[in-house]
Amino acid sequence: MAEFINNTILSLLLPGELPADHWAGYMIAALVHCILLLHVVAVGALFFIWLERKVSGRIQDRLGPTRVGGKFGWLQTLADGIKLLTKEDLLPGNADRLLFKVAPYVSFAASFAAYLALPFANGWVGQNLNAAVFFVVAIMGLEVFGVILAGYASGSKWSLFGGMREAAQVVSYEVPLGLCVLVPVVACGTMNLTTIGNMQAGWFTNWLVFHDPFMFIVFWIYFTCATASVNRAPFDLAEAESELVAGFHTEYSGLRWSFFFMAEYGSMFTVSGLAAILFFGGWHGPIPLFGPEATNLAYSNEEVVAGTFRVGGYLANLAGCTNFIFKTVIFVTVMIWVRWTLPRLRIDQVMTTCLKYCVPLAAICFLGTVGWQLFGLPSPNDLLRTAHRGTVREAWVLQLEASERAAATAAQGGGQ
Amino acid sequence: MMLLGAIDWHSFFFFVFALLAAGFALGVVFTSNIVHMAFYLTLSLGATAGLFFLAGAEFVGAMQFMIYVGGTLVLLIFGVMLTAQSRFVHMKTSAGEWVLAAAVGSTLLVLLLHAAISNKSWTTGREHRDTLTIADAQHVTALGQSLSGVRPDSLEEPSPAARRGMSGYLLPFEIASIHLLVVLIGASYLARAKKRVSSSKS
Amino acid sequence: MNPLTQPVTVSHYLIVGAILFVAGVVCMATKRNALGVLMGIELVLNGANINFIAFGSSYLRERNLGLDGQLMALFVIVLAAAEAAVALAIALNFYNNHATIDVDHADDLRG
Repeated sequence: MAEFINNTILSLLLPGELPADHWAGYMIAALVHCILLLHVVAVGALFFIWLERKVSGRIQDRLGPTRVGGKFGWLQTLADGIKLLTKEDLLPGNADRLLFKVAPYVSFAASFAAYLALPFANGWVGQNLNAAVFFVVAIMGLEVFGVILAGYASGSKWSLFGGMREAAQVVSYEVPLGLCVLVPVVACGTMNLTTIGNMQAGWFTNWLVFHDPFMFIVFWIYFTCATASVNRAPFDLAEAESELVAGFHTEYSGLRWSFFFMAEYGSMFTVSGLAAILFFGGWHGPIPLFGPEATNLAYSNEEVVAGTFRVGGYLANLAGCTNFIFKTVIFVTVMIWVRWTLPRLRIDQVMTTCLKYCVPLAAICFLGTVGWQLFGLPSPNDLLRTAHRGTVREAWVLQLEASERAAATAAQGGGQ
Repeated sequence: MMLLGAIDWHSFFFFVFALLAAGFALGVVFTSNIVHMAFYLTLSLGATAGLFFLAGAEFVGAMQFMIYVGGTLVLLIFGVMLTAQSRFVHMKTSAGEWVLAAAVGSTLLVLLLHAAISNKSWTTGREHRDTLTIADAQHVTALGQSLSGVRPDSLEEPSPAARRGMSGYLLPFEIASIHLLVVLIGASYLARAKKRVSSSKS
Repeated sequence: MNPLTQPVTVSHYLIVGAILFVAGVVCMATKRNALGVLMGIELVLNGANINFIAFGSSYLRERNLGLDGQLMALFVIVLAAAEAAVALAIALNFYNNHATIDVDHADDLRG
């Protein structure tokens, strides 16, 4: 894309011909991609806040926003955003100035950086990392820094308590979250999210959630741990309005507060997107509409490697991206639904759930899936059996073959 | 002129991350506020993880984020918060100690910098960088397999003596696992809730 | 010579590692807060890790340590985390027993 920009657009604007690898083209291409991803977070937060108000309203037998922007209150969040922008920028007297100002940005940066490795369609990813799963889980764990710094820097006891509780909860739930995320990685043999998504192409029986019963259980544990990890109810003791005033963001108002909430909704989208890719096929739908076998529209592997551009392939990817976003929105809606249905857990109940229920269950299911693969038990997914993956079995087979080859050449050399 | 040419983006991002890492490390040294120190250390270690990604070590970079920044530093910040009474947040060191530390530190820095630029093979860049692709940085599978005992990068080593020396890392992996278990039990025992002494000592 | 068009070499990484290492050593030597000393230890280990990764990178040199460099850095990260946990437990114990985190006051065993 950078060469395209350099050769066409900039050459029109500036006199003379620009070389194809000039830095301005790369900057503009990078900027375009960043703005696209930023729109996912910002517009997503806008949409999810509206969705939350509507869903919570319906659950509580009322309507939710109905005035701003037509009958369904579409622009309510925009009005709220404008209100937040015009609020007074307060700084508590006891506050640590630098950390108070920086904390929301740390939280938002951590939440946004996870989109670097999250694929939206085949090849539509910021950077196709080979350790993408690990990277996303690691970056999500950095959000807790913003929370701790906000809690401390507000200079108030309640903020500090709220911040510490939330940090303890998020850090504790990273353990079962990592174990749950590991199970589809073990099944697929790769941490590359694009590859994991592509291994679930075809009918919905190829989805990893139907791979074996342990994987099915793991999905529910993952969803529980993901809800706890983004501090949504019923695990939202740290920011509960009826407890610690508002927890770590008590002293925050206006745009700084909205950064925290964009970070929270961004993380919700990330964990839901991860669930969609790891368990529910990602951009491959329940019906194989645009796959390479079905209509020949989608890119083949050779085209992806060569970087060709075809309108048909682009449309297939666009349909896949829409599919992925649709699944993610369904998961976020489930999180919102659960929030307004279940009562809040106490902090000791939160910790008990993590350490006494989620971790052992996730470990048992991990063993179960590994055993399922080891004993070659049947699974509806037909792509996993034939794909080249980096499992341990293959490694030992490779070593055996290499030592046999070495022994053969040694025998030949000795015989001659 | 720089404005009219191409930039080696690898070098550009290396300088960005290197300046961040070194700058925030110096910030850790020169600030006296313990919470600011922890924050600068976070940013320094995050920039170091960026350096790891640039050198092609994706897995180690992600691990740096998860374990160092997301684990060890959160632990440190918890410790800082638990002991951050107002008189412990700013603790200044005397000037005499600073002079001594500066002398030792600058000697060590000069020594290390001299060693860093002395070797010829370390100061020349790689020649055929254009032929490198992103696929060359895909070490995750190889790392996982070597931690299970198989070295996939040394399978074709001809001499059996050299191949014996390039064994997998299964034993250190198991030792590290037991070590972490011992540390888990030991640290939680050491830090268990005990009776607190009131501050009678000045 | 424009530094942005020159390739990055192992020396560049070693210089960054050296700066982090020396910063850590000075931190360990001068900080009065026990947790400040801990942060110095983390900086030292990170400087060493940068060196390991630089020598193991196939982007910087043709002949390199390969997987060995990355695996050593991996083990250093794991062990540094373990050691930070134990050191923090000791520091918290000290704080609970003496009501101060100042290392200058840890002189009970002085002869």
